[in-house]
Amino acid sequence: MNYKMMGRFIGQILLVQCIFMVPALVMSLCMKEESSVRSFLITIALLGILGLGLRRLGRSAKNRFYARDGLICVGVSWIIMSVLGCLPFYLSGAIPSYIDALFEMVSGFTTTGASVLEDVEALPYGILYWRSFSHWLGGMGVLVFLLAMPIAGEGGSGFTMHLLRAESSGPNVGKLVPRMKSTAQILYILYIVLTVLNVIFLLAGGMPVFDAVCTALGTAGTGGFGIKADSMAGYGPYIQNVCTVFMLLFGVNFSCYYLLLLRQVKSVLKDEELRLYLGIVAGSILLIVWNLRGFYDTLEETVRHAAFQVASIITTTGYATTDYDLWPGFSKGILLFLMIIGACAGSTSGGFKCGRALLIVKNMLRSVRQIIQPQKVQVVRLNGQRVDEKVLANANTFLAAYVVIFIASFLLVSLDGFSMMTNFSAVLACFNNIGPGFETVGPACNFGAFSVLSKLVLIMDMLAGRLEIFPILILFSRTAWRRK
Amino acid sequence: MKIIVAGDGKLGLTLTRQLALEGHDLTLIDANAKVLESIQERYDVMVIQGNCATMDVLQHAGIKETDLLIAMTGADEINLLCCMTAHGINPAIHTIARVRNPEYTEQIYKMRDMFGLSMAVNPERQAAVEIGRLLKYPGFLKRDTFAKGRVEIVELRLDEKSKLCNVALNDMYSIVRCKILVCTVLRNGAAVAPDGNFILREGDRIFVTAPSNELTKLLRGLGIITHKAKRVLVCGGGRVSFYLAKQLEKSGIAVQIIEQDPERCTMLAGLLPHTDIFQGDASSEFQLEQGGISDCDALVTLTGIDELNMIISLYGSSCGVSQVITKLGRMNSNNILDKLSLGSIISPRELCCNTIVRYVRAMQNQTGAARTVYSIADGQAEAMEFLVDEHTLHCGEPLKQLKIKKNVLVACITTGSRQQIPNGDSFFCEGDSVIIVTNGDRVIYQLNDIFE
Repeated sequence: MNYKMMGRFIGQILLVQCIFMVPALVMSLCMKEESSVRSFLITIALLGILGLGLRRLGRSAKNRFYARDGLICVGVSWIIMSVLGCLPFYLSGAIPSYIDALFEMVSGFTTTGASVLEDVEALPYGILYWRSFSHWLGGMGVLVFLLAMPIAGEGGSGFTMHLLRAESSGPNVGKLVPRMKSTAQILYILYIVLTVLNVIFLLAGGMPVFDAVCTALGTAGTGGFGIKADSMAGYGPYIQNVCTVFMLLFGVNFSCYYLLLLRQVKSVLKDEELRLYLGIVAGSILLIVWNLRGFYDTLEETVRHAAFQVASIITTTGYATTDYDLWPGFSKGILLFLMIIGACAGSTSGGFKCGRALLIVKNMLRSVRQIIQPQKVQVVRLNGQRVDEKVLANANTFLAAYVVIFIASFLLVSLDGFSMMTNFSAVLACFNNIGPGFETVGPACNFGAFSVLSKLVLIMDMLAGRLEIFPILILFSRTAWRRK
Repeated sequence: MKIIVAGDGKLGLTLTRQLALEGHDLTLIDANAKVLESIQERYDVMVIQGNCATMDVLQHAGIKETDLLIAMTGADEINLLCCMTAHGINPAIHTIARVRNPEYTEQIYKMRDMFGLSMAVNPERQAAVEIGRLLKYPGFLKRDTFAKGRVEIVELRLDEKSKLCNVALNDMYSIVRCKILVCTVLRNGAAVAPDGNFILREGDRIFVTAPSNELTKLLRGLGIITHKAKRVLVCGGGRVSFYLAKQLEKSGIAVQIIEQDPERCTMLAGLLPHTDIFQGDASSEFQLEQGGISDCDALVTLTGIDELNMIISLYGSSCGVSQVITKLGRMNSNNILDKLSLGSIISPRELCCNTIVRYVRAMQNQTGAARTVYSIADGQAEAMEFLVDEHTLHCGEPLKQLKIKKNVLVACITTGSRQQIPNGDSFFCEGDSVIIVTNGDRVIYQLNDIFE
């Protein structure tokens, strides 16, 4: 275990967080929000001191870094980031309980968007901004940001691959270009460009600047913290539609955009995962529109709400234009299915991911065929290429770990005595980083009513969901911490 | 620079390490997914699985935007086809192929033009040339030449009888009686950049810059009696042995080769008329005695198994053979090997890697690139030769007035045919060639990089 190297990395992450907190401080200063100015100042100072200190300690670190170190580093840094990042909420008095503040922060960084707050609109602007910004930073990942910086990943070493794998989503993470730094830079440039486009489109619809920025940050990370109590319901149809489109865009694998830039349109169009994703979106919208006939006044309104909710749920964003908890059972069933599956691998969305689901289903079908023709040698193909057995095994292991953690969390949360649907969808909404669930945790409600134990369980679920389980799971394994 | 390395065997891996360290964009192609996976875990590179000679795979690797293709697979034909295909798709690309079959070596210059190859490397032949050079000066573990052969950096090991033990570098001249400069000392596996007060100890390996015509004087000064090898015993009849024997035959040195495979023996006997070929197991004492290990001047172990080479060399040393040369294919010469009396260690892989790295650096920096690069002191230091041109700063200023980076040493200045081991008052002018030795990881791309 290379603790010094880990210290250096975490130190750098804290410094990044420290720098990104400055705009929130400036915003608070401009708005003359005294309590939040103080809380941001304290937190920034603390982050700066800790970050510089850790970096100093790790100065002499050897560059020996293996898979285990990378995974542990990711898990630990996300936890530390959340524990410190929630201090402004707590110190400013915006969220009086520390556990609630932590829940809110983890929900932000993991791009979940589940809130414990009763009245969002009462929050100071600085705090609101920091809440939305945490989605953006957590969406692409703070370690990936660090990899894009000139300081990290020197010396041509390959250990950075472990960091990218741990923080990026999907069954088969690969680089876009030979150098890790360039890969990370490309990812962030695409991310920033798309975010800025989103802001511009929202501003064109007459949205106030602050609202537009916060909404775009939340959309980019597929987070879903609204700055209004009714989420997106209060805005006009144009803005809602812009949100729908951008949510869907951020649910697409970022490497597709890179290929588009390289003019490899054909390989993007042939991408099986993308096709499945768009197919599911289109199918779900049609089915919900059909199921909702007569629910809203006009067809336009029905389509708009259906499309928005489908986009919001499948990309695990969690904005809402309407209380879908009031919809008929079949529509809710479709939404539940979308909650589980999630969007594409390599995007900022959470959930199980279309790509992984595709692999598992293909593998399952192969097993069925294998029973009928035991002698026939069969391989699983994706985009015309043979998929390595190891990748398939990993996808199946992921499914197993997913189910086990889900059941355990569900049982623990059930202790609180809410209805079964509430418990089930609360765990699902947190584990898949969606935000709202059904009934008591529906889009019009919040997570404030849960007990401290449940909140802690849900916090771990959110982290495990964002980092795709294993970086968090190994923190509980004794072998990970044992010295060699 | 964008570089594709096709084939990741021992050589490919060494190259990958070196080139990744120097910050190039590397894409590796290999047929074996397992190899690729482990490489990707270790270095910041992109990997592609497939046959490197197919257009599809090359396109996928981005051959159109690539500056250099290095084909290092085990088969010469695949390497050549790979380079040809790449050249066909992207005529601007530079290509380097490994071609080791002796049958092709004769025609390699013609093939280079026909196939659009920028360079063909033959590690085994290179190793044989290197061994031949070492045989000319027994007493040195390694020789690297600069300035068209006028200056060399030679490696010496100080054993207990050496006159240099417990001598400070400032006092060396009184012993060796010729102008030399100790540029690096390898002590306990770590390279040290010594100053004048540095005291040499037993077991140190020193790297000395000296004009080539002073080498005999140096050896005499050190009390090392040299006579050119007349009888050489070679263990193993591989490609290196063939090239070596052929070269030694020409200079009239008697060569004996011990090889196990009867068919290979017959083949070698046919190709090498003046060499004695013995069929037998080189690891058996009897066989070695029969080959005349007790009265040969030099023993060269070139079998395909590193461990066997080491054992035979140790045995040879214990029999009192005055010069022993050991080939190591896989292992790096490191601390452990340092303690053994294996004589000179030759690694075809590293020799070849040096050649390619030199080519890459020259490509990257057309003007002012190093003319020669050698890695010395087990890769912990580098010796480079630069030409002083009109862009070079501080021409004509005495060295003591210059601010030169830490761990960088100006080891020799050659003006015309005159070599000068520099002191503080020395200076270089346009047209001179300068040898620079750097310790540590710092890469010097052009001469001006040495200044602070």
